[in-house]
Amino acid sequence: MRRRAVHAAVIALALLPLVRLGVGALRDTLGADPIKTATHTTGLWTLRFLLGALAITPLRRIGGFAALAPYRRTLGLLAFTYCTLHLLTYGVLDLWGEWGTLLADIAKRPYITVGFTGFVCMVPLAITSTRASIKRLGKRWVQLHRLAYVAAVCGCVHFLWLVKKDIREPLIYLAIFGALMAARLFLRFRPGSAAATKARKSASLSASS
Amino acid sequence: MLIRRNRFAEPPEREVTDAALYLRRREFVVGAGLAAGALLLPGCGRGGDEAKAAAAAPAKSSDSPDGFRTGEEQTPFEKATSYNNFYEFGTDKEDPKDNSGGFVPKPWSVAVEGEIARPGTLALEDLAPAAAIQERIYRMRCVEAWSMVIPWRGIPLADVLKRFEPTSRAKFVAFTSVLRPAQMPGQRRNVLEWPYREGLRIDEAMNPLALLATGMYGRDLPNQNGAPLRLVTPWKYGFKGIKSIVAIRLQEAQPETTWNMAAPDEYGFYSNVNPEVDHPRWSQARERRIGEFAKRPTLPFNGYAEQVASLYAGMDLRKNF
Repeated sequence: MRRRAVHAAVIALALLPLVRLGVGALRDTLGADPIKTATHTTGLWTLRFLLGALAITPLRRIGGFAALAPYRRTLGLLAFTYCTLHLLTYGVLDLWGEWGTLLADIAKRPYITVGFTGFVCMVPLAITSTRASIKRLGKRWVQLHRLAYVAAVCGCVHFLWLVKKDIREPLIYLAIFGALMAARLFLRFRPGSAAATKARKSASLSASS
Repeated sequence: MLIRRNRFAEPPEREVTDAALYLRRREFVVGAGLAAGALLLPGCGRGGDEAKAAAAAPAKSSDSPDGFRTGEEQTPFEKATSYNNFYEFGTDKEDPKDNSGGFVPKPWSVAVEGEIARPGTLALEDLAPAAAIQERIYRMRCVEAWSMVIPWRGIPLADVLKRFEPTSRAKFVAFTSVLRPAQMPGQRRNVLEWPYREGLRIDEAMNPLALLATGMYGRDLPNQNGAPLRLVTPWKYGFKGIKSIVAIRLQEAQPETTWNMAAPDEYGFYSNVNPEVDHPRWSQARERRIGEFAKRPTLPFNGYAEQVASLYAGMDLRKNF
């Protein structure tokens, strides 16, 4: 019961940036270019939740925070929600009245191509996020959900390519992604892990033959 | 709820748009709408030409013939002073407003040097004496595809340059911004190569539209807008409008310019507003006028083609972007 309350609170908190955007739009406090602010905010939170989702497994297995397990899906779906809103803000609000531009942009502008690729990667993940899908797909579910890494790389590169000159902020996100990847490698090959045992076994086999 | 009343919300009489122009404002909106509609139908015969004609017409009809004053709705002071690209104070749009409080724009002097008969360093008051100050209302088009309409005060650049009697070897004008990392936090990091530099060809500099601005909205320039002296060239992208100028040098060689040095494939020396030549990463065909929802078509030379297009006759504007 308490767990569910905490979970609900986390979701409410995670939707706060959205509420702030809505209130800001009504009160005209989103700056001189509100659509740009909305695009930027939804984009940033997409990346944050995506990296957050990717951080759950390392935190759980290295840090021992077992209770975090259900949040991987929550954060992933939040990332997808923000990403959808990000795309809609850009494709509908920003390009209002010039609908042909969206397709042209996706094809022509590398940072948009990459960003859109990230979104496309997230669609099947959102669709197969149900318990039933996990059961049905089994091993293939794990393989499919590696697309989350692709989406994260796309998101970081999208951010890096769109800034005019000051690339500090996108580099921070890229660094966090790098650290999460390093944690994965560590988990995979640390002494005692399945992969390490397997590697050691095959090494000793080839040595004895 | 706290309701903050902006004391600039009521502009002085001289800044009020003529009623006749104001009443015609919807024509421009309709014109832009038609243009947008026409652009949506690229396959429909003469659609493209009609769009161009409609796009070129509305802005011009509200401009004075010399281009000095546009009748288009002015951007609110609050927005023009809180949404700025002035990397010396930080790279976010609100940074210049937030971080420029410690900048001291007075006293100020400007060195005028190079290929001129009478080089020297002048106090700002002597370079731009109060009696010579004129008002201009210009569109401002940022390279990032947004735009504003700003009432400037200043002195035509040509008037300043002529006083120093340029020699026949003065082919270009090079401008340099102030270097004050202690007062300009953005200069403590090498986001760009400081100090900021810009330049114009001499005939561009002598064009009556080129303005050395000392004020906007009927008052001195706020720090975040380039106090106390900045360049305004309304037919070029905003970054050509170098801020907080300390040196003006006339020279034979084309000067190096900051954004061109930073990314030569993205920012050319000329940087004339041109809807047909995209930024490598985004389109320049349309722009968002700050305060408006739908984007509007961008006009060649930002709507000042009549005044400046002849400067570039015979030049390939795709190459010389």
